Amino acid sequence: MKAFNKLDGLVCPLDRANVDTDAIIPKQFLKSIKRSGFGPNLFDEWRYLDHGEPGMDNSVRPLNPDFVLNFPRYAGAQVLLARENFGCGSSREHAPWALDDQGFRVVIAPSFADIFFNNCYKNGLLPIVQPAEVVDQLFRECEASEGYRLTVDLQAQTITTPSGQSFAFDITEHRKHCLLGGLDEIGLTLQHAEEIKSYEAARRQSQPWLFHQV
Amino acid sequence: MTAQTLYDKLWSSHVVREEADGTVLLYIDRHLVHEVTSPQAFEGLKLAGRGLWRVDSVVSTADHNTPTDHWDEGIKDPISRQQVETLDANIKSFGALAYFPFKDKGQGIVHVMGPEQGATLPGMTVVCGDSHTSTHGAFGALAHGIGTSEVEHVMATQCLVAKKSKNMLVKVNGPLPAGITGKDVALAIIGKIGTAGGTGYAIEFGGEAIRSLSMEGRMTLCNMAIEAGARSGMVAVDEKTIDYVKGRPFAPTGAQWDAAVAYWNTLHSDEGAHFDAVVELDASDIKPQVTWGTSPEMVTDIDGIVPDPAAEADPVKKGSIERALAYMGLTANTPVKDIPVDIVFIGSCTNSRIEDLREAAAVARGRKKAASVKQVLVVPGSGLVKAQAEAEGLDKIFIEAGFEWREPGCSMCLAMNADRLQPGERCASTSNRNFEGRQGQGGRTHLVSPAMAAAAGVTGHFVDIRQL
Ligand code: SF4
Repeated sequence: MKAFNKLDGLVCPLDRANVDTDAIIPKQFLKSIKRSGFGPNLFDEWRYLDHGEPGMDNSVRPLNPDFVLNFPRYAGAQVLLARENFGCGSSREHAPWALDDQGFRVVIAPSFADIFFNNCYKNGLLPIVQPAEVVDQLFRECEASEGYRLTVDLQAQTITTPSGQSFAFDITEHRKHCLLGGLDEIGLTLQHAEEIKSYEAARRQSQPWLFHQV
Repeated sequence: MTAQTLYDKLWSSHVVREEADGTVLLYIDRHLVHEVTSPQAFEGLKLAGRGLWRVDSVVSTADHNTPTDHWDEGIKDPISRQQVETLDANIKSFGALAYFPFKDKGQGIVHVMGPEQGATLPGMTVVCGDSHTSTHGAFGALAHGIGTSEVEHVMATQCLVAKKSKNMLVKVNGPLPAGITGKDVALAIIGKIGTAGGTGYAIEFGGEAIRSLSMEGRMTLCNMAIEAGARSGMVAVDEKTIDYVKGRPFAPTGAQWDAAVAYWNTLHSDEGAHFDAVVELDASDIKPQVTWGTSPEMVTDIDGIVPDPAAEADPVKKGSIERALAYMGLTANTPVKDIPVDIVFIGSCTNSRIEDLREAAAVARGRKKAASVKQVLVVPGSGLVKAQAEAEGLDKIFIEAGFEWREPGCSMCLAMNADRLQPGERCASTSNRNFEGRQGQGGRTHLVSPAMAAAAGVTGHFVDIRQL
């Protein structure tokens, strides 16, 4: 996994509540058996004027000029500013894969759907919860000044605006540790293989009906 | 010992180890695997030279991409076919307790297949790379959806890195009125608490109305817990749970059955257990539900009207209503009963079990598809449901009514196969999501129960099933 430490990134505001994973990456792109290449289809139905299918040359498709991601001022944005319940709907990890592939490293919103929130951490993407008033303020500032950037410091757990105002954010120790180090979570868990085995052996004793010969 | 909720019991009995910050390694008993969210996980295992920690925990099927007609022609879409064939190959090389591939008679939607095989049992932790895994909580199991990285993590370690959710009790008091189904209860709850109302919680559904639901009804309800924002929903074990499980292929037998039942009977919240949030509804207030917008919380009942954004003060909500009405092609203040439908879809992991099909057939019997309705699709949840329905003659009732009787799969629930809405088409659907484009780009979805969907199919618009 990609490590995350500190980022100074351009901000793109997506002013809609309840953005679901079907909107983030429509299902026709879930047929891929790969992990990469989803970026050009991020927000596909909002981003293009035609209907997207896997295998199309996205560079020649007609762009929707009214969709923020297509505004020249937001080209290369790494921080996505969003509204409440971002990432609701399906468990598809293709949603964080698409955000990552597009170049986003941070999503800031008043609230996230649980599964999406969790999936972000597995992919080096940092989801940050801020109170609705703070998110409102960031939307206002971002829309008012072209080239608006935020500095996100994971070690210090802060977001800093261009005027120097700082906001703290929460993250569990475990997630912070994994993100900072870009650690392979499976490898970390397997350090506890003996504990898993002894738990499993006890379970096999007490609930043998959960185990089968194959 | 302090009183525990059902969720507390399920959680604590699966903790392998706990870190100081509350992060837990949670042991997983059952891993359900389908073709869409697994290929990258198997690929990851291969690259790292890892295998499955416990082969007998994996039960798998292909459902999302499979066609629902012309099975003799195979899967025509080459990308869909590759995904299904990739699952075949991965199961072949990694192994599984059971695999129900495309065209197998046990094949079906993963959340229909698991319970009917007895692969879902009370007291288990059940995960799947699919958010509607909450369905299995109907059995007094802790079940939730996971992402593909977690799929790989469970495959390699049999554990999930997890943090405990808060406890929420949703209590539906009083007897369920005639004609009201698990689907109506689910939508009424979502209408009340919103699509983020359950975020951060594990929901236990209780109360007289829930106890009176069949296992199918409870599965429908738990299936939609995720639409209320909760990763898991659950119902305490009772006689109905145990009767349903008995005799299924992977259910215990003999002395193990007796031991299992004794344990399962402890799977309920203790008297006086603490819930962080409690929501109560009166069953007598619940009428047949119909969604009007592009989120499951945008719901009203059959006597309701499409809301007017002008009456909404909150600017974000007002904007959402305006956008939803524009997408749905609806005018504010239109009575729900006046909304015509083009297509009807009866199926999905929410409502494609035998009881759902019986309810739809009871409406279709002796009636005909309305001339204004282009198509009514009936897609059973699995090969076994299909066989059972045919044994009861339900297929004939549907066909005589002018409905189409299809092969099992996810179908038009998310339109990854060939079954999809055309832009602008309006559908009465028994599925669980009415998001923009969910059933096909530009398609308009209204979520309803199976009986309400069948009634829309024979009248051409929404009607009160209790007055049909
Ligand atoms: S029926 Fe629909 S919601 Fe259920 S698993 Fe299939 S696609 Fe997902």
